[in-house]
Amino acid sequence: MTIQFNDETFRDDYSFHNSERAIKRFPFPFDKDSYMYAVNMEQHRGGPADSVYEKRFDVDEHYVSEMRDRAQVLADDPLRCQSLPHMTLAGWDVLELIMTCKAEDYPDLFELHRDGDRWRWINKPLGIDDTFTFLDETTLPYGPMEYITRQTQGDFAVLDQRDDNLWMDAGMVTTQADWSLDFDIGMNFFEWHAPVPLAHEKGIFVRALKFLLNIQQGAPARRLNWTMTVNPLLDTSPENYHKWGIQKTTLTPQNIGAKQHLRVELQTFFRLPRSNGLVFPIRCYLCAFQDLMTVPKWGRRLHRVIRDLPEELATYKGFIDNRPMMLDYLSQFDDGLPTSNGIWPDLETEPPLQK
Amino acid sequence: MSKFEFPASIKSRPVYGTLEARPGKHHLMIADAEGAEAIMDIATPDLMAKTHIIFISRGTDYGDKLRALNPAIFYEGPSYAASVPRIQRVLQDAHMGLQVYLTGTEGLMGQAMREAVDAGIPHTAIQTEHRGSVARRMQCVHCKGITEDVETDPFVCAHCGLNLFVRDHYSRRLAAYQGVCIDAEDPGNVPEPKGIYE
Repeated sequence: MTIQFNDETFRDDYSFHNSERAIKRFPFPFDKDSYMYAVNMEQHRGGPADSVYEKRFDVDEHYVSEMRDRAQVLADDPLRCQSLPHMTLAGWDVLELIMTCKAEDYPDLFELHRDGDRWRWINKPLGIDDTFTFLDETTLPYGPMEYITRQTQGDFAVLDQRDDNLWMDAGMVTTQADWSLDFDIGMNFFEWHAPVPLAHEKGIFVRALKFLLNIQQGAPARRLNWTMTVNPLLDTSPENYHKWGIQKTTLTPQNIGAKQHLRVELQTFFRLPRSNGLVFPIRCYLCAFQDLMTVPKWGRRLHRVIRDLPEELATYKGFIDNRPMMLDYLSQFDDGLPTSNGIWPDLETEPPLQK
Repeated sequence: MSKFEFPASIKSRPVYGTLEARPGKHHLMIADAEGAEAIMDIATPDLMAKTHIIFISRGTDYGDKLRALNPAIFYEGPSYAASVPRIQRVLQDAHMGLQVYLTGTEGLMGQAMREAVDAGIPHTAIQTEHRGSVARRMQCVHCKGITEDVETDPFVCAHCGLNLFVRDHYSRRLAAYQGVCIDAEDPGNVPEPKGIYE
């Protein structure tokens, strides 16, 4: 399938938009009518055709514009991409993984030609054709992790594994849900998750870490996470919070459908072969409330989830003040009918809105 | 002097212990101000004979008392920053089994720990004991500037001037807590500052 890449912005005039196809494949994160933290991991071995699960690194209509936005974030603040000195080998692992996956999964968009350690990488959407020597940093314009993640949607945390823990020792983080790589780099799994409420007490992180430490080569895993963002702003960083925080106060009953976005992270986890590290891509998908409401099942469910969410979570996710307005809007799309299990839209089988 | 009991907090926040003399041929003790008392609490002639003390008085008069313990080497510096080259030089010569003791303010312990970790000592092998001021070393997440000895929440960033609230999220690499703009969603609405633990 040929992808038509949007020319759009994630800042200023916010011309970001989802096509009908993008809405139908949006990774709606709620598999039932309520939400609480869980170790919701599953194997990342494909999924339904054209879903965001199908390929190992999903490329969609936002690709080119997202990469342009990333370059702008990095120009404004180079600290968004950092790698501690022992992580260079893991960076090459990441480069190899992404290049081989993309060339196999999207042969019309990406090509990788390998002749020993002499590699030629062609990225057609971004107009890149580079030849370099694998494992020789001097032959690339950036470090290996930065080079390839400037060409790949999603944030990337690269984790070192030692002392029965995972250490966030490198990353490319420009589309984050309000956390700072510059602050968290060098922390272990429990430390960088320290600010998350409730989940520590539930033993979530102990179980999740055990799972992640045992991820094997060739057997990646995935989960979905979510939050809320006003305007389709990719860079909701703490660094710039003093600039974007005010946008949360611009919601009105008239504009909420267009301005309020559900922000979903497709998190995947791959073992890296040389370094024995893990790469943890955190891919951000945005969808406006009014677009989500075109799927009757999602309209019913989102209202119920947001209504019943514990106050701590709504506070942590940063929308406690806007929750009443969200519920006024969302309740219009909840007719009380039951919903089918699972995250898929089920457009053929779920009834249209009955009010 | 009684020790301050820090309230329970999140998992990135450092937890300090009580110094104890451990077996070892060499001991490095780095302290500021009231941290001197924690050293005096564990000092024995035998231990002191193998100990290098690096002390920053910060206006206190503990220097003479520490000197009177007869440590193998005693250094009193005018500021932490002035002592850093010496700390780095001492750690460069450290042999396997060096015992490191850090005591005093969080800012002193955090920064000295960073030097020790950079020198290859695991942070879990370093003893710490908090004494004295409960002020914090804060990084402004926005401009990245460090403000030392922050006693109130919120406070004004010494670099960019934003009003920041004091988080418990702590970075060992930066030896600092995180400060985040408190009035981003309601500019000018800044609560009256109060003590961090009030």
